[in-house]
Amino acid sequence: MDATTHTALAPLAGSGRPIRSRLVLTIAGFGTLAIVTCVVAPLLGSSSINLRRALDASIPFATNVDAQILFIARLPRVLAGALVGAALASAGVVFQALLRNPLATPFTLGVSAGASLGAMLVIILGGTLAVGPWSSVPAASLAGAGLAAAIVYALANGPRRVMSTTVLLLAGVTLNAFFSALIVFVQYLADFAEVARAARWLMGDLDVGGFRPILAALPLVAAAAAIFVRLPAALNLMGVDTDSASARGVDVVATQRWAFFSASLATSGAVALAGPIGFIGIVVPHLVRLLVGSDHRIVLPASALFGATFLVACDLLARTLLAPVEIPVGIVTAIIGGPFFLWLLVREG
Amino acid sequence: MSSSSSTYLVAHELSYAYPRRGKGAVVPAVSDVSLAVARGSFTGLLGPNGCGKTTLLKLMAGVLRPVSGSVTLEGRSLADMPRRAAARHMAVVPQDTHPAFDYTALEIVLMGRHPHLHPTQLEGPGDLAIAHQSLESTGTLHLAHRPFTSLSGGERQRVVIASALAQQPDVLLLDEPTASLDLGYQLEVAALLRRLSREHDVTMVMATHDLNLAASMCDTLALLRDGRLVRHGATAQVLTSDNVRRLYDVDADVQFHQSAGHLTVTPVRRVG
Repeated sequence: MDATTHTALAPLAGSGRPIRSRLVLTIAGFGTLAIVTCVVAPLLGSSSINLRRALDASIPFATNVDAQILFIARLPRVLAGALVGAALASAGVVFQALLRNPLATPFTLGVSAGASLGAMLVIILGGTLAVGPWSSVPAASLAGAGLAAAIVYALANGPRRVMSTTVLLLAGVTLNAFFSALIVFVQYLADFAEVARAARWLMGDLDVGGFRPILAALPLVAAAAAIFVRLPAALNLMGVDTDSASARGVDVVATQRWAFFSASLATSGAVALAGPIGFIGIVVPHLVRLLVGSDHRIVLPASALFGATFLVACDLLARTLLAPVEIPVGIVTAIIGGPFFLWLLVREG
Repeated sequence: MSSSSSTYLVAHELSYAYPRRGKGAVVPAVSDVSLAVARGSFTGLLGPNGCGKTTLLKLMAGVLRPVSGSVTLEGRSLADMPRRAAARHMAVVPQDTHPAFDYTALEIVLMGRHPHLHPTQLEGPGDLAIAHQSLESTGTLHLAHRPFTSLSGGERQRVVIASALAQQPDVLLLDEPTASLDLGYQLEVAALLRRLSREHDVTMVMATHDLNLAASMCDTLALLRDGRLVRHGATAQVLTSDNVRRLYDVDADVQFHQSAGHLTVTPVRRVG
């Protein structure tokens, strides 16, 4: 079998080409797609807007309905979608590499369950937790996510020892179940209106209500991205074999810690902003791998860009499918992602 | 076992114990092992299951840190060398490789270049040329763009050896490289290793359960039992029925095989 057979199957993969040109091609391709999606998506919706009128500065903003729809209703939503999609998809790639398990998601290790419990407590028990740019519910969900990550980390980690991925997985799955039970318990104590609000949050929604929450989540995701950039080569080697990676000069323990920390950070920021939007973190990396192969140096940036595209597109469906009713985007991603996940299981099992 | 001028890789009184979770108790795996490996030699590590062969290899590769003792490479302590620097001299070939992702054979081989690159540096044409050379010398160039997981056991092991070669090491540490292979592939991989040892002057240290393979390839044998080194010397002197009994509690017939051109071991019965 020669090179062309496989490159024909995966037009962007072309592992015959040097990595540099593959990387440039991939980023250009997925980047263009992401930009086009983010430019087009705000223009579409249940009510059509006149772009010229929306951008006409001579009309006062207070009376310019087109501008209000574009800048208040749609643009924050698209930007939130891009940020959350990129964060969850790239966190998915990093968690999958860390756990050496392509079926892992950003929520496998309990970060989202912790975030959800935090959000539930504030929604149902009330109280204000607002910190800096964070309003109460995101602040509480961030605290919950941090708590969950800290518990899982402490369980799986010893001094100067390689993390046990088995313990990580078991701790994550158990914590997910335990926190879910607590969430149900808290909901049981609440009245119907609170439960409805809580359930709505748990579906995951990009209707974030302005630019401020996005700006609050941005530093977390940006910090995670700054760490992500340094990880892919080491993740590649650890994806082959952790001992071999170590024998080749990879500091496996340090890489695992940075990977766990950065992916948890990105996930926490995304969930605090938009709630636990499922399936992005697994669907996107897998689609990307089908297109570009398995090299994490390419999969990671491609997943971030395609995650942004995918979530913004899903949200466009959520806004328009049953217009004027807007469904939470988490329902759309789950309806697309659920069957896709099963297909993956069958295919890889 | 004085370290002569040709001595390359030396273990000095190495001890290691695996920590046990929770209880703080430890399981000794290697006790007080000293071993000098001469440049260009082919050393076999023999011993029963759990005798510490793999642990000793990991200690010599710097994957594990010894509890006491040290490893030196050309007189430099491994503990004082950055991992990447050590990895430019030593490569490890594990018994099995199960990647979690669908890398191509070429991608696996290119990862051997890792210790020669900065963490965020992409491999260039020079690295690609070395990868091609490594695939060629292991007879796997035609597999370059195939997914690693779609290859047969023998093809995989040759690709993993190619990946180790791409590291351009002076020493290959091999952990039962033929254990999961059928007879044909065993001979194929053995011939490849012998050729690499002779033509590329790569120093080899190989842990194995296959006494006949060791007899056919190794000029030096080190015998381990219960984490301790019990014999170390030239294959002809060390591979005796007495030593086989000492190691495995098995009576064996050790004879020189004319047409094979090396000692052969025929196990007869278990004793004790």
